[in-house]
Amino acid sequence: MNFEDTPEEAEFRSRVRAWLGANAKPRDANSASNPLGERETDEMIADAKAWQSKKFDEGWACLTWPKEFGGQGLGRMESVIWGQEEGKFDVPPNVYQIGHGMLGPTIMAHGTQEQKDKYVRQMARGQEIWCQLFSEPAAGSDLAGLRTTAVRDGDDWVINGQKIWSTGAHYCDWGMIVTRTDPDAPKHKGLTYFIIDMRSEGVEARPIKQISGAAGFNEVFFTDVRVPDSNRLGEVGTGWMVALTTLMNERVAIGSGGAGGGFHRLLDLAKRSRRNGKSALEDSAVRQQLADFYVTSKGLQYTGYRTLSAILRGDTPGPEGAIGKAVGAPMMQQMASFAQDLQGTAGALLDKDVAGDDSTWQELYLGAPGMRIAGGTDEVLRNIIAERVLGLPAEIRVDKGKPFREIPTGPQKD
Amino acid sequence: MNLEFSEDQQFIQKNAREYLTEHATLDVCRRVLESDEPYAQDLWKGVAEMGWLGTAVPEEYGGTGLGHLELVLIAQEVGRALAPIPFSSSVYLATEALLQFGSEEQKKQWLPGLCSGERIGTYAAVEKLGDPELDEVDAVLSGGKLSGEKVPVLDGDVANLAVVLAKDGEAYSLLLVDLAGSGVRRTNLESFDPSRSQARLTFDGADAEVLGKAGNGIAQAEALLDRAAVMMGFEQVGGSERALDVTREYTMGRYAFGRPIASFQALKHRMADMYAANQIALSNGYYASWALSTGNAELALAACNVRVAASDAFVLAAEEMIQMHGGVGYTWEFDCHLFYRRAKLLGLALGSASAWREKLIRRLEAGAAGAAA
Repeated sequence: MNFEDTPEEAEFRSRVRAWLGANAKPRDANSASNPLGERETDEMIADAKAWQSKKFDEGWACLTWPKEFGGQGLGRMESVIWGQEEGKFDVPPNVYQIGHGMLGPTIMAHGTQEQKDKYVRQMARGQEIWCQLFSEPAAGSDLAGLRTTAVRDGDDWVINGQKIWSTGAHYCDWGMIVTRTDPDAPKHKGLTYFIIDMRSEGVEARPIKQISGAAGFNEVFFTDVRVPDSNRLGEVGTGWMVALTTLMNERVAIGSGGAGGGFHRLLDLAKRSRRNGKSALEDSAVRQQLADFYVTSKGLQYTGYRTLSAILRGDTPGPEGAIGKAVGAPMMQQMASFAQDLQGTAGALLDKDVAGDDSTWQELYLGAPGMRIAGGTDEVLRNIIAERVLGLPAEIRVDKGKPFREIPTGPQKD
Repeated sequence: MNLEFSEDQQFIQKNAREYLTEHATLDVCRRVLESDEPYAQDLWKGVAEMGWLGTAVPEEYGGTGLGHLELVLIAQEVGRALAPIPFSSSVYLATEALLQFGSEEQKKQWLPGLCSGERIGTYAAVEKLGDPELDEVDAVLSGGKLSGEKVPVLDGDVANLAVVLAKDGEAYSLLLVDLAGSGVRRTNLESFDPSRSQARLTFDGADAEVLGKAGNGIAQAEALLDRAAVMMGFEQVGGSERALDVTREYTMGRYAFGRPIASFQALKHRMADMYAANQIALSNGYYASWALSTGNAELALAACNVRVAASDAFVLAAEEMIQMHGGVGYTWEFDCHLFYRRAKLLGLALGSASAWREKLIRRLEAGAAGAAA
């Protein structure tokens, strides 16, 4: 066991710090990060592209990707060090999480040489942004039940249907979409995965207003959209397997975050809030609850260290990683709710001046339900732990083996 | 970055599990629980022969000279077996106190016997109901003689040696008391978990010598409890993991409504929660064991984290274990209550989880080291 940087890591860290110090401003330690689902402005997108371009030109983009694809061929540890250090600076929002975290690795794993050459390096440069087009109104946790169709027509495929919850689809240049190409096959078998130009005719992204009032997600409609066969990723009918690569990387990307950042702001809020004629931090119920948040967030942080240690040793992250989100996301909601309780009647305000803390707790509470749903609901994650870690029996699947078109999709008449 | 145990350390754990699987079945725990036998002497002897009692003790004092990283993994297996032996009292507390604070002479006098298992040690501090502050003790040292009463003392009926916290002039000291000496009276107390015995120790002018620095007893006791909390945390996680394993097996084999009850999400999701609680506790334990083994100041917070997480995880697992077994889980004949009792006993042995939450917040307020880590 050891948490010290090796001499090589320490040297790398100091180079990272030096470069960041010369190119960005340190972040105010008390500022809260953007809650889930904020809608980026055109200006923010332009800033993000400029920052990514600079990183790319000077050798700091997509550190773990091979050099031939615009990366630096470095290890996971260097990438972690970069993330830790960049997090201390005031940099534009990361609009590349989906592209760099999930889609790039998917193309590298399943793409043809032409596809890799054409897209991956460009993705690293970041002048084009990518989105994921997976979920549908009738296919969420049961993603394989998706109904958007792709029909072969000469050298093209013609796509019709609707996707939903697509982060950033309104500003993205490229998307990766899973479609149904064979409704007569069982649901997992008839899917095919494509790269799609989001500027194609027939693609329309409409923002979805969330309970927070923000609109970071979209529903995306596809009407007779033509996609060349050369943009197919993987064989026809193997879309589910390709999608699993993407989703596995999603959990890695989400799991590497920590929920610990909010704790010290919460402690500070308790100190400033009043209860029983004194500081709320002197109230034992408050102290007990704060301790639980601290213990759990530290436990998650160290669980992440264990996962990272295993990856550094050469292991592939397993389904155990699901606990980071299964525990962390509900805890963020509880912390936000608890913070509003600490604020008392003022906790019911969204007024930044009176409620204090720039109403970040209110924003977090409004955003938190989304964290418990996006990228695997609390329930799906518990199923993953139960079935794939503990080996408990899988859900009984009443649609198993049936051709997709025979699977019921709504209330059935007798 | 490396938060993993080495292959050698994992090998030691594997050996410990194999040994205990053979020699410490749940029947051994039940035997002690159902009889007047205060602890499993055969198992104690075996564990001593394996060298586990002196895992963190240098060879010159009769130990194996390994360290705390090895010891916590053995503790996890002791917990997994619900071993009915005074391991926690003798190893995490008495032996650890001597290692940390003992003079050369005291170490030479006591450690070899503790490592060989011929002597059993324990720790006696609490006198009052609740979670008293450390300085709420009336026991007093005067002219080398100790007077007062300690209750309850885990394994106090079988221990030969007690580390006692008592008033010493204007301050407090940790003391070493030979329980075979005169002026010591023990009274057995009925234990919530009869596989671990408890007693009242009454001192009436018993011979006592200061352990560590005179007048430094509170600080030493606090440090000792932090260290013990890490080791006991692994024991608790071991018990909790076993509770989940047994529950998993049972629910896979029990059919209702034409399917194994383990296939119902109402149970699957709760077993997933038990797993998550165990992992949160174990990860806190990993970090704390690193701080313990390296003497890092992070231990002050890490010990609280593992104490709280492991106490809660084991209690959750034991409660859910009975619930998921249904009616049979509530019978004396099934083993669920062995876990239910042990979870509570270990969760209170070093003070309640609530008290450790309070301690954690106090330390965070005081700006304990590494708060931002």
